[in-house]
Amino acid sequence: MYYAATHDETETIVLGEKVGKMLRPGDFVALYGDLGSGKTRFAQGVALGMGVGTSTRVTSPTYTIMNEYSGAFPLYHFDLYRLGGDSDVTELGFEEYFSGQGICLVEWAERLVSELPDEFLKISFCHEGGEGRTILFEGFGDRYLELLRMLFRGGVGSFD
Amino acid sequence: MKGVFCTPLVFKYMLLLTIESSCDETAAAVVKDGRIILSNIIASQVSIHAEYGGVVPEIASRKHLEAITFIIEEALQKASVTLAEIEGIAVTHGPGLAGALLVGVSTAKAIAYARNLPLIGVHHIEGHLFASFLERPVSFPFIALVVSGGHTHLYKVGGFGEYEILGQTLDDAAGEAFDKVAKLMGLPYPGGAEIDRLAPLGDPRSIKLPRPLLRDGSFNFSFSGLKTSVLTYLQKNPVAGNDSMLHNLCASFQEAVSEVLVTKTAAALRKTGIKRLVVAGGVACNSGLRREMNRMALKEGVELNIPSPLLCADNAAMIAVPGNYYLEKGLKEGLELDARASWPLDTVSATLKRLG
Repeated sequence: MYYAATHDETETIVLGEKVGKMLRPGDFVALYGDLGSGKTRFAQGVALGMGVGTSTRVTSPTYTIMNEYSGAFPLYHFDLYRLGGDSDVTELGFEEYFSGQGICLVEWAERLVSELPDEFLKISFCHEGGEGRTILFEGFGDRYLELLRMLFRGGVGSFD
Repeated sequence: MKGVFCTPLVFKYMLLLTIESSCDETAAAVVKDGRIILSNIIASQVSIHAEYGGVVPEIASRKHLEAITFIIEEALQKASVTLAEIEGIAVTHGPGLAGALLVGVSTAKAIAYARNLPLIGVHHIEGHLFASFLERPVSFPFIALVVSGGHTHLYKVGGFGEYEILGQTLDDAAGEAFDKVAKLMGLPYPGGAEIDRLAPLGDPRSIKLPRPLLRDGSFNFSFSGLKTSVLTYLQKNPVAGNDSMLHNLCASFQEAVSEVLVTKTAAALRKTGIKRLVVAGGVACNSGLRREMNRMALKEGVELNIPSPLLCADNAAMIAVPGNYYLEKGLKEGLELDARASWPLDTVSATLKRLG
């Protein structure tokens, strides 16, 4: 497991941008964390890193459940906050996106159980008081372990 | 000699059946001439969703399917018309969840095909922009603030199909902020309405909360930081069991959101020189926002139009205003009409051009 500490929203966006630059078609990124812990800010950074234009507003998908953006690859930004569980995901037909050629970035991935793919990047956001956040990274599968090794080649607890 | 046809001036009206299922409500309405509501039926699902502390779209999706035929039958019955008298169908076909939209779109197509009726697809937000026309038509151009769970947008509306985005939220929508802050405070769903109910009991100046982007010179909004400020406040000052503190927080939060919305809207009116304003969407039901908008409109000499609460929330009658306009112009969709999950409002004009 790796972690990064961010001190304000801008740092969270910059971290997301770094991750976004490393993502490839078919990647699945699951975001965990409480309300206001920085998941949407991080997603904004990922979109930037993927080449989604700065004129495109990447906003919270809480009410829309899923927003689609086109960067270097399609970005599917999910927010499962309002969902009950796995059966909702099945009935909404999201598994098509989950196994597709776009990049899935899923907020409130807590709502997924059996729908979670075998291999994915897990990112957890923790409040540290004020604007500070600790962000934990775990890779499931070789692809994501390698991605994290690259991301944290400067050492655990830091990124560059 | 060629005949000179003197056609009597016939006031052509259309009797429309309209269907809306883009988000959490299944709704149908019968509207005459895009102005007179004969019926406006909404299957409010709040009681189902309350159990989950939020709106559960899967349930909504299934409920759309279960409810739609009953809602349409009730809309016809309440309007005292039969399907044979309906002259056109308008349906919300975007944006929204594809699964939810498809229930309305498929039903509309089936009825249009079976009865050989013209069919038109309408943008959900377009419906909100014109909801107040059902009570009082507004002259063009006007400024519109659409505030709901999924939207916080300022538009300049030049006419039907002519929409310019002046600004929008950069993160959370205002309605989403209300609901999430309510959840942080432990209030029951729907949280926005609960905050509105408790706010008058508190002092709006008691807790200092930020006014994000208030003076940045843009027409954009940001409510995510305000949500985080409430979270930080609650971590230091738990409100559980302390009603006066809870009331003060509700009042202070509502005032912060209202102030940002009103200030930005006033700036858009001044910048464009337009003196007509429409405020629509679910958050336009909020009594604090209505009061502050009224105050601003009086001060600025602006004509303010806020629909009554039933027309602010998602409903099908509002779809009839643009729907009737387009159908009368002869614009219609074929049976290939599909749900458009993602559909920026300022591209509606391109869709209309395609239709002719």
